[in-house]
Order: sequence, then structure tokens, then C-alpha cells
Amino acid sequence: MVRVMLGGSLKNSAGGLSEFDVEAGTIRELLTRLGDQQPQLKPILDKGVAVAIDGQIYRNAWLEPVPPDSEVFILPRLAGG
Amino acid sequence: MTSCRVSTTINGDAVEFLCAPEETLLDVLRDRLGLTGSKEGCGSGDCGACSVTLDGRLVCACLVLGAEAEGRRIETIEGMADGKGLHPLQSKFLEHAALQCGICTPGILVAAKALLERNPAPSETEVRYWLAGNLCRCTGYDKIVRAVLDAAAEMAAGTREG
Amino acid sequence: MAPVSKRPDPERRFKQVGTRPLRPDGVDKVTGRAKFGADFVLPGMLIAKVLRSPHPHARIRAIDTSTAEVLQGVKAVVTRDDFPDPMSDETMTGEGDESLRDIVRNVMAREKALYEGHAVAAVAATSAAVARRALAAIEVDYEVLPHVTDVDEAMRPEAPVLHDDMFTAGVEPKPERPSNIAKRYDITLGDVAEGFAKAEVVVEREFKTEAVHQGYIEPQACLASYGEDGQAELWCCTQGHYFVRNACAKILGMDISRLRVTASEIGGGFGGKTTVFIEPVALALSRKAGRAVKLVMGRDEVFRATGPTSSTSMRVKLGATADGRITAGQAELKYQGGAFAGSPVQWGAMSAFACYDLEHVEVVGYDVVANRPKAAAYRAPGSPMAAYAVESVVDELAAKLGMDPIELRLKNATREGTQAAYGPKFGPNGLVATLKAAREHAHYGAPLGPGQGRGVASGFWFNFGGETCVSLNANQDGTVVLSMGTPDIGGSRAAQCLIAAEELGIPYDKVRAIVADSSSLGYNDMTGGSRVAFAVGLATIQAARGLVETLCARAAGIWGIPPEAVVWEDGHAKPAGANAGAFDPLSLEDIAKVAANTGGPIAGHAEINAEGAGVSFGTHLVDVEVDKETGRVSVLRYTVIQDAGKAIHPSYVEGQYQGGAVQGIGWALNEEYVYGDDGRLQNPGFLDYRVPVASDVPMIDTVIVEVPNPGHPYGVRGVGETPIVPPLAAVANAVAKATGVRMTTLPMSPPRVWQALQAAAGVGPGSGPEG
Repeated sequence: MVRVMLGGSLKNSAGGLSEFDVEAGTIRELLTRLGDQQPQLKPILDKGVAVAIDGQIYRNAWLEPVPPDSEVFILPRLAGG
Repeated sequence: MTSCRVSTTINGDAVEFLCAPEETLLDVLRDRLGLTGSKEGCGSGDCGACSVTLDGRLVCACLVLGAEAEGRRIETIEGMADGKGLHPLQSKFLEHAALQCGICTPGILVAAKALLERNPAPSETEVRYWLAGNLCRCTGYDKIVRAVLDAAAEMAAGTREG
Repeated sequence: MAPVSKRPDPERRFKQVGTRPLRPDGVDKVTGRAKFGADFVLPGMLIAKVLRSPHPHARIRAIDTSTAEVLQGVKAVVTRDDFPDPMSDETMTGEGDESLRDIVRNVMAREKALYEGHAVAAVAATSAAVARRALAAIEVDYEVLPHVTDVDEAMRPEAPVLHDDMFTAGVEPKPERPSNIAKRYDITLGDVAEGFAKAEVVVEREFKTEAVHQGYIEPQACLASYGEDGQAELWCCTQGHYFVRNACAKILGMDISRLRVTASEIGGGFGGKTTVFIEPVALALSRKAGRAVKLVMGRDEVFRATGPTSSTSMRVKLGATADGRITAGQAELKYQGGAFAGSPVQWGAMSAFACYDLEHVEVVGYDVVANRPKAAAYRAPGSPMAAYAVESVVDELAAKLGMDPIELRLKNATREGTQAAYGPKFGPNGLVATLKAAREHAHYGAPLGPGQGRGVASGFWFNFGGETCVSLNANQDGTVVLSMGTPDIGGSRAAQCLIAAEELGIPYDKVRAIVADSSSLGYNDMTGGSRVAFAVGLATIQAARGLVETLCARAAGIWGIPPEAVVWEDGHAKPAGANAGAFDPLSLEDIAKVAANTGGPIAGHAEINAEGAGVSFGTHLVDVEVDKETGRVSVLRYTVIQDAGKAIHPSYVEGQYQGGAVQGIGWALNEEYVYGDDGRLQNPGFLDYRVPVASDVPMIDTVIVEVPNPGHPYGVRGVGETPIVPPLAAVANAVAKATGVRMTTLPMSPPRVWQALQAAAGVGPGSGPEG
């Protein structure tokens, strides 16, 4: 079970809720299950988000393991210029 | 449309070309003669990327007509290394990392060479004001100025690299 | 082979990384040999020109190209009819996620012309003169509409609306009427009301900044060649030729494999060349004409119709206790991103308070559209403006508290473990190190003369990694060639050669690097986001270690011992110990020379999606002198102190610091897009769009701080973007110290500064020194 928080400007994308408990072993599982739990979030997650695990930001890594008890934030994806 | 027929000297070589009356020297160099070292950054004489010398005088090739080259002596970036090696300015630019993207580099080198021919021992301020007509967006000018001052010192000392 | 272990080894001593050899591509650039976007030619090529809307906002009722099409020498004409409307929500991932529908509409106007300069048609002809005549012969029936160019004006309910399907996202309930506000963002941490209640000192200010352009000296240019078999080649100057390939393939309905894009040398990008403007047009013309087409933008077109950054309207409020602990930070950021949604306000909002350890933060951001060209990324997109506002208020707060500005920042600085306002905790970072280095620097204690002032500001950028492929091939003579897929805009070939040489233990001169075309390697994200030294470095390290593994296996084969019994040291394969056998070491050349006999050519390669990019913080110091009679601000001294994690080639790291700082100085003092009441850009040229020239700036001193990034084996952090973030505020803070007047509008051009000084002296406009 992992505690997932919506970060950045995504914080208010689920109608006021911004913290969820999700059962997941990898980032992909986490995003899929979060989307199932919170249908409002699903289109945003499908479009592409970044995931921060204990401060380390991952932009695309579906297969990255999510250790239990890690602090997870869902963030908008960015690059730069 | 009548073409102008022009005979001129470019980097020491005799060159003949045809051009439209309104064609600039920059267009001629790049599109007719394949000398693409001089760059077009603005086409209006504001950026200096097309700097060449005309009878030893530093000019923007985009502000000179191709026809005006008749009987004159033109020097471009392609003529700066003399076949035996790089000009000290070119070497110093590499040593000092005085270029990043390199688009302004040909114009700045031509301009710097013209400066050192007139003033072999310029101050930092003199270098900056002479190069004020050559825009660089990458380097902030610091390493460029250092390279020019270093090249001046080396040339004054009489050693030539390469 | 297994992915490279990320953590840097603190015991490692580098032999080549950290030195300053000459860049491998340098001679071509100082002799004029290097080929940039406009330097390519093909036999029989046509010249293309683009017809652009003279109106800032107009419905396009009809376009009649019939006369143009039959002109002698005209071989193809394209309009919106040649670019199918993507009906999906698809986005293309370049510097950010761009809507494909918006890209297509920006490349060629559909229903409306949305800014002066918006492309409406294009022509390919046998000469530029014929192409221009053809443009003049195209008749466009415009229904001119009211326009709006100012961000605050565009947000008003009565403003002319650009898109009647734009209903502000991020607000509840969904608005009933369309507007120019594409989206509302908010970032919250804690409760700012509670935070401000604890504050004993509060500063609140409003700011406005004008739009600026990346100002790259090389206009966009490309050469397209589309064959009768549906295969095409494209040469263009770009920061990301793989992105260009994918976007053009999509837009033209081609398989990706049928389009081969070669990146020329690039004359500057800074984010402005991370998308497409003219490339799909050139390809479409070439397809129609059956001949190669060259399309080069003029300088005025670059200003009018590429991607400047946002003009903004901002409000920032900070509260602190009397002893200098900031208790709350609040900001409202309004950014207009040109004619389509996608200003960088989200990144501005996320980075605004990144330098501070705050319990209570609230940032609201508005992404607004206006009748201006579609914004593209510009070096740390969105961050410089937000930092200008926040760092100015921090400076005022310091003055009110009677605290030194660096001490106030140190007291509240982000450290390792600080929670960012956008959620995650920061890893190890160099902010405090840069602040301390600034405080200790000779610049900070140097005496100032009359009319002079010193400013400090800090800044931040996230940086990213991204998809990266490299290939490292060993030649029979022991030299190696590195193929990378990221255009070199600032010396990255030198850095990558250093990394490969370091890993392989061979001299730097034995390694060459090329930028391969889009068909030669797997996908590469663009050069940008401060990612190349970090991500390409990671891939190069992995490829080099793979190469070493193979070299050791070949040596093992030659010696008849197991591969595990071979080690690589100082550029040679050696038996791992006395037990393995008494064999003389084999150099890379020894092994490569007989590669054909031991299994074939030897290479290493890597295809990764680099994660673990490290953030980069910087602190800048600047001294200015303000001439009270003219309002002219002269920059006397400038110091950039920034965390690079590990500088691979220090000269090129310094170059990024200096270049970014000077762009920031230009943004602070002179650069701006000037719009007339007619909605037209008044200064689309370098004469009146005034970027810094050599005589405007002093030497830019630099200090490279190195707090290793735990996500990279050498500790590398991207550095390219952060340098442009602090200068706007640093210069404004210096002006405030020099004059006692706080400038809240950028640029601080002489007329604005002069008027502000007059107003402060209680003198009305028109009462100048001459009376």
C-alpha cells in the first residue's frame, strides 16, 4: 500500500481530494489503479504525468518499482527550453 | 531582368559572377559562389553575422550590393586561415571556448581581425565597442573579448601558431 | 549490459573529465566550414516564401491562389487545405506536451489568423523573386476582428475571444462562456491565511513584464526533399530532429521511417527551436512540386511568427517574522502564451518559491491567450518572470527587516529534505552553497561609488533526463566514434568525448563525436531542458562500459581465459590477477585490430530513458550604475555562482553561466515586444529589439559549485537554464539599491527608469532636466 499525493497544479484535479492509498508495485500499476479509483484523474494520468518517489522524479518509467512506505507525488511532466 | 557582370577578387582569388542589380553581396557569396561562411542573421545590417571586408574596410555584406564588388578586394571568413594554419584569432577562440553555437563566429572573427589590423593593442573597452556591431546570443561576450585580447598579445609578440 | 549504477563515487579521481580540451567541432566553426540550417543546397531546388496575415485577428473567409499558381516559375502553393485537421486530442512531446491540433493551426492558419504574421499560405518557386511575386498574387478574404495583445486586457470578460471552444479548465463550475483563459492552475501547501497571521512584516507588490524572444542569431531554415515514393529527407536547424521527424510525419501522414531528418549545426535555440514552424510547410511544398524546397525565415518573420515567451502580470506577497523567518508566500501569475494555450505559467508557479523552505504557500496561475505568436520555450520557461517577482519582494522584505539580503535567504533557504511547494522533497542541492559562496565572494564586499547599487537574487530550474540513444564504435586503429542524437548547441560534443575517453581510458583525441541523423539512432528527446550533459552523458557512460565488456571478452578469447578473469585499466585489457595468467596488456587498438577474427566489429550502445536529473540552483551578484539624467542602467560587475553537480568541461559550463546571465540582463534592461494599437509588432528587428551587445556588459565572473547529483555516476547536473532565472531580479534589486526606486515593470529601459526617478522625486512627466 502506497500513499500517493497529487502535487503541483494537479492537487485540485480530483475534486478536492489530493491524497490516496493505492496498492501498487510499479509506477504503471500505481497509475492504472489510481485512475480506476479516481475516474476524474484518469484522463490526466493517461495523457502523461511525472511521478516523484521519495523526491526522485520519473517522467515515463512505467516499470520503476514503488517501494512500500515511499512518499509518492503525481506531478505535471515538464522539460524545458 | 538584366544581370550585372562583376569581376572581383575574393580571398585573393580572381572571381567573376553574374547577379541581379538588387542582389546583395551576401546573397552572391552564399548563393552564387557557395561561400556560406558569412551568415544572414537579419538582412538589415544590425547583427554583423555577415561581416566581410571590402578593400580592407569592415562592412555588412547584406548592406553591399553584389554589383559594388566590381574591381574591389573582398575578404571573407573562408580566407582567414591562410592554408598554412589557423589565424591566431581562430586558435585563441578555440582555446578560450569563445564560441558555443558558432553562428556569430565568422562575423566576429572578421571584425576582430579588422580591429587588430588597425589597432594592434586594443583595450578591453576598445574591443567591446569595436565588436558592438556583432551580436552574440550564446556567450555573453566574456570569452570572446578575452580571446581577442590574448590574440592581440600573441600577434604583438610576433609568434604565429600553426 | 546492466544499467549503470547511478550513485556517484566520492573517491573517484577523474583524469580527463574536468579538463578543458579543444572542442572536436571547433575548427569547422572558426573557418566557416560548419554547415548551418541555411547552408544546404540541392540540385534543382526551389525557394519558398510564406504569406503571413497582416491582421492580428481575422476570420479567413477564402484564399484564392489561382493567379499565383500559374505564374511562370511557381511550382507549388499550399494553404490550410494541404494540412488535414487532426481530429484527436493528441499531443506531441517536445519541450513540453504540445497539442497537435494547435501545432497544425500554428503552422498554417485554418479558420482564423490569430496574430500578425500567422502563416496563411506558402509558395515554392524557381527564385525568391518569383516566390515573392506569387505571394503578392494570392488573394485572401479576411474578415478583420477586434484584437487583444495585453494579458490583463485579454482576461477581461469583454475582451475579444480568440477560440470559441476555450472554456477555462481548472475552475469549478465550468464557465458558461468561452474566454481567453485556457486554464487556471493552483499550487498550495499549508494555509497562507495562517501563515500571514503569524507575519510581523508583509510586502506585497504587483509586477508586469513584456514578452521577449530567445534572440538566436540564426533564423529558422530548412531544406526538404520529398520523393515520388513517399520518402523524404529534411535538413533543418533544430534542437530536436527526432521531434521534427515525428511531428512532420504525423502532419504529412507519413510513416516515421520514411522521413529522414538531418540536424544541421544550429545557430542558437534556447528553446525556440524545439517545435516546428516551417518544416511541415517545406515538406508539403516539396511533395506537391516534386522538387527540393528551401525555406528560410527572414529576421522579421522570426520575431513575428516563431515562439517568443510570455508577457506577464504578477502579484507576489510575502510575510515574515521580525527576525526574518518567512511565514507565507503567495503569488498570482498571469502569463499570455500567444494565440494558443500553453504558456509556461505552470512551471512559473511551481518554481516561484522553490528557493525557500516554506510551510504555507499559495500560487495561482492563469494561462491566457492573446493575439500574439504562439509562445515557445525560452530557457527555464516561466521561471525567470516568477523569480523576478519573488526575488524582488524578498529583497524589499530584507530591507524592511534591516537584514542583509543573503542572510535573509540563508535563513529561509531550501536545503536537502525541504518540501517543495509542488510536493516532493528536494534531494541534495547547492542553493546554500551558492549563497555562502556569494557572501564570501570578493564581489560582495567591494566598495560602491555614488549612483551605484548591488543586487542579489537566486534561481532554480528542475532539469530533466529523457529518451537518449548513443552508439560508440571502435575503429581498427584504436580510435572510437561516438554517435549521438542531440544537436550540439554549446559544446556537448566536447563533453561527451571527455566522458567516453575517461571511461575507456584512452586519450581524448582518440574519440570523435558526431550528431547522427534521425534514421541512424533510436529516438532522442531534444537538446534542451538542460539534459544533454546529464542524459547523453549517462548513455555514453553506459555505452562505453558495454564496449569495455566486449573488449574484455575479446581479450579473454585471445588469451583463452574466462571473460570474468579480465579487467580494463588505463585503456588496456589485463588479466585480473596472477592466477589468470601472465599476459601482456592489450590496448584498445590491439583488440580492435583483430576484431574481424574474434567475432566482428566492436561497439557499445545505449538506449535509455534517463531519470534522476538533478536540480540546479544559482545565486547572482550584480553592480549597476544608474544615470539619473537619462535613466540608463550600466552593468558594472556581474558574478554567477551556480551548482553544476560535476562540471565535465568547465569552459562550457562557464559559457552557459555567462550566456544565460547576459540574456537575463537583456530581458531586465532592454528587450521587449512592442505592440501598437493596431496589434502589430512595432520592432521586429535587432535594431529596435535591443539585445545586449559587447559594450553593454562587463566580464561575467563565474563560480562553479559542485554538489553531486545522486542520480548520476559522476554527479552531473544540467546547468543550461538556471543562469537566466536570477538576473531579472538581481538587476532590479541593484537598481533599487542605486536609486531607492523599486522598478516593477520590465524592461527597465532608460525611459521607464527615468520616469520612475522623476515620479519618485515628485516631478511630473514632461518636467525633465531641460524643463
